[in-house]
Amino acid sequence: MSDKKSNKNSAGAHKDIDEVSGVETTGHSWDGLKELNNPLPRWWVWVFIICIIWSIWYFVVYPSWPVPGGATEGMGGYTQYKELEESQAEIRARQDVYLERFENASLNEILNDPELYAFAIAGGAAAFKDNCATCHGTGAEGGKGYPNLNDDDWLWGGKLDEIHQTLTHGIRAGGLDTRVSQMPAFGKEGLLTRDEVNNVVDFVLSLSHPHQGDETHGDVPQEYLAAGAEIFQQQCASCHGPDAKGKHEFGAPNLTDAIWLYGGDRETIFKTVYNARGGMMPAWGERLDENTIKQLTVYLHQLGGGEKDDAPVLIPATAEEAIEDNGQHAEPEQQPAE
Amino acid sequence: MDSTQNQNSNQQSNQSLLGYFAKQEKIFPKRVWGKYRKLKWVAMIVTLGIYYLVPFIRWDRGPNAPDQAVLIDLNGPRAYWFWIEIWPQEIYIFTGILILAAIALFFVTSMFGRVWCGYFCPQTVWTDLFVWVERFVQGDRNARKKLYEGPWTFEKICKIGLTHFIWLIIAWCTAGSFVLYFNDAPTLVWSFFEFDVSPTVLTVIAGLTFSTYLMAGFAREQVCTYMCPYARFQSAMFDKDTLIIGYDLDRGEPRGKHKKGESWDGRGDCIDCTACVQVCPMGIDIRNGLQMECIACGLCVDACNNIMDQVERPRGLIRYDTTNHMAAAVKGGAEKFKFFRIRTFYYSAILALVGSVMLYALITRAPAELHILHDRNPLYVQLSSGEIRNGYTVKILNKTHDHKTYMISVEGLDGAVIDVSAAGDVGADNLFVPADSVGSYHINLHAHVPPDEPRDIKFILEDREKTIRTDYDAKFITKRK
Repeated sequence: MSDKKSNKNSAGAHKDIDEVSGVETTGHSWDGLKELNNPLPRWWVWVFIICIIWSIWYFVVYPSWPVPGGATEGMGGYTQYKELEESQAEIRARQDVYLERFENASLNEILNDPELYAFAIAGGAAAFKDNCATCHGTGAEGGKGYPNLNDDDWLWGGKLDEIHQTLTHGIRAGGLDTRVSQMPAFGKEGLLTRDEVNNVVDFVLSLSHPHQGDETHGDVPQEYLAAGAEIFQQQCASCHGPDAKGKHEFGAPNLTDAIWLYGGDRETIFKTVYNARGGMMPAWGERLDENTIKQLTVYLHQLGGGEKDDAPVLIPATAEEAIEDNGQHAEPEQQPAE
Repeated sequence: MDSTQNQNSNQQSNQSLLGYFAKQEKIFPKRVWGKYRKLKWVAMIVTLGIYYLVPFIRWDRGPNAPDQAVLIDLNGPRAYWFWIEIWPQEIYIFTGILILAAIALFFVTSMFGRVWCGYFCPQTVWTDLFVWVERFVQGDRNARKKLYEGPWTFEKICKIGLTHFIWLIIAWCTAGSFVLYFNDAPTLVWSFFEFDVSPTVLTVIAGLTFSTYLMAGFAREQVCTYMCPYARFQSAMFDKDTLIIGYDLDRGEPRGKHKKGESWDGRGDCIDCTACVQVCPMGIDIRNGLQMECIACGLCVDACNNIMDQVERPRGLIRYDTTNHMAAAVKGGAEKFKFFRIRTFYYSAILALVGSVMLYALITRAPAELHILHDRNPLYVQLSSGEIRNGYTVKILNKTHDHKTYMISVEGLDGAVIDVSAAGDVGADNLFVPADSVGSYHINLHAHVPPDEPRDIKFILEDREKTIRTDYDAKFITKRK
């Protein structure tokens, strides 16, 4: 409205005024369409200038300018590393609430305390993915030669203290308390002939496949099975048990169930008997602290296959005691060496 | 907005870059009294009353829930509105409210023009309140204008200072009330007296105090003209049957000064007194026709009616009317206000549809929800007995305000056994979930089934009292694909 009047007052000869709106145009024309020159409000400019000032402040306070070898540090001393450290410290402070109680609690107590249980599962799951997933898989589903930790089949025992022992000292990892056993390579070392191995394999297969004609088994004559059974009692029963259900103290698997660590087809079982097997797991007690191992123990136990304890399990309450205990065990062993 | 100032800015454009941008002209709306002004006061008292007082209304929800009628508990996180309670996953109800609000706004606008802008918009209400403070301290339009243009005397400093002081107090109360909607109101108010307020609350209050002070004290009509998107697209809802503020050109023109006793023959009723311009909070001249700036507050109608009464001409030279009606009046006839138009039909239809969906959602809101997530790794576990086991994460949403114990069972899998992995002795028939919270359990389901395609199973959740029952469809996986 005011623009209409202003034309008369300030119109120069060079100014182009739009007839309909009475507003000055920019002079630009596209196919006859002209752009009106309606001014922006002035505060808009101030907001723009304030943004520029703010950006200068930001350049000064925060790391921003790229320079050779990095960027300017900024007066505020802010870095994302510091932010990370702070949030980690915050997390540690939150953990500290539980840590002392967790340290002093037995595995059984942890299993029955909702807070400590949740703390153990969360920490155990994280530690598992960091340390164990390489071999056992992120879901602890295992693979050929690496046990599936979700199932109820345990080589060295699935009770809390047994899992704790295996985790701390490992399997065939060296050290005094590690889990050790060695299956003989029956074929390779000449303990059994190839035929005898075949008979044993047929017998072992028949334990978990009682019905003849199974696709993995084939139709095997009864006399082969009888011969295999006899050899089994002589050679294998000492570790796997007369009923072939395995023994935890030797890490000898149950041969009658549906689970096979290296494979349950005939060819694989033949290879196992002929060449023997023996996996290895590091002694995590040398690498992880006691709390992490306790967390891992509870985490593994609750994956689905954990065995119930007959009596409350007593394990060393603190890491210090654990070291003392180890020392006491070690002493009498060392003495004969002197 | 007059010619001299525009000329000034044109001259300035030669001197500085800022000259290219339009300077905000300070508006001094004159006091006016009439029908619409009364409506505006009522609207202001009601809306501000609701805003400042609602956080203090109590609403008993039992021992395990807050007793504030309207509360958005961000830590909960829950939203409470009298008898309605919303969990974060029910945010679609909030979406529904937004849709309803938008369509209701379109509906009202297509009928009655920008009544929201003129009477209920917070920007309008707070600006009106701030102008009232200005008038209370500094006087009416002429006094304010004189004070504004005059030199900085002691009186000016006192009056301007007092105005800004009162503005800041109002702004602070506004910000403080906002925070009350997110906290227990009496507790938070009391914490102010004990100087024990969290830095977050103080930061929010500081920010909102500043923005209220800035928007209602300084930005004012600039918000409506330049910032508000609704002001720009409202014309899409207008048609010739929409009520707008209109100046009756046919009756008013030709305008001119009129002395008492002079004849009204051969001239219009407009005596060019500019009363309508002086009262306008947007600083426009309604006689130039409907403009984008007009918020339809109707103050110019009041002002013009008062003048018409004084010069003894009929009221309604400026009036609320439809374009069609005004055109009909010129021809001598009067057209009725058309309520039923296509757009009112479809706006009503959308309102009814969204409203009923929301109503249905609220009425059928389940007291408990069950969610089952199948383990991804491993998909299934072969057990030594030959059984197959699947793991599931079970989430139970207890939306009641009582602690509940639930029982979970499964259908569609013969001989299936459910084991719960949890601390202590927890079975499938005693899943405890505290009041108003989510219980999370991991369960293992195992059964003797031959490896086959995934089986469809159904989990059933019941509470101990068997008053609540809900289910969830899941799969039981038995082999690799």
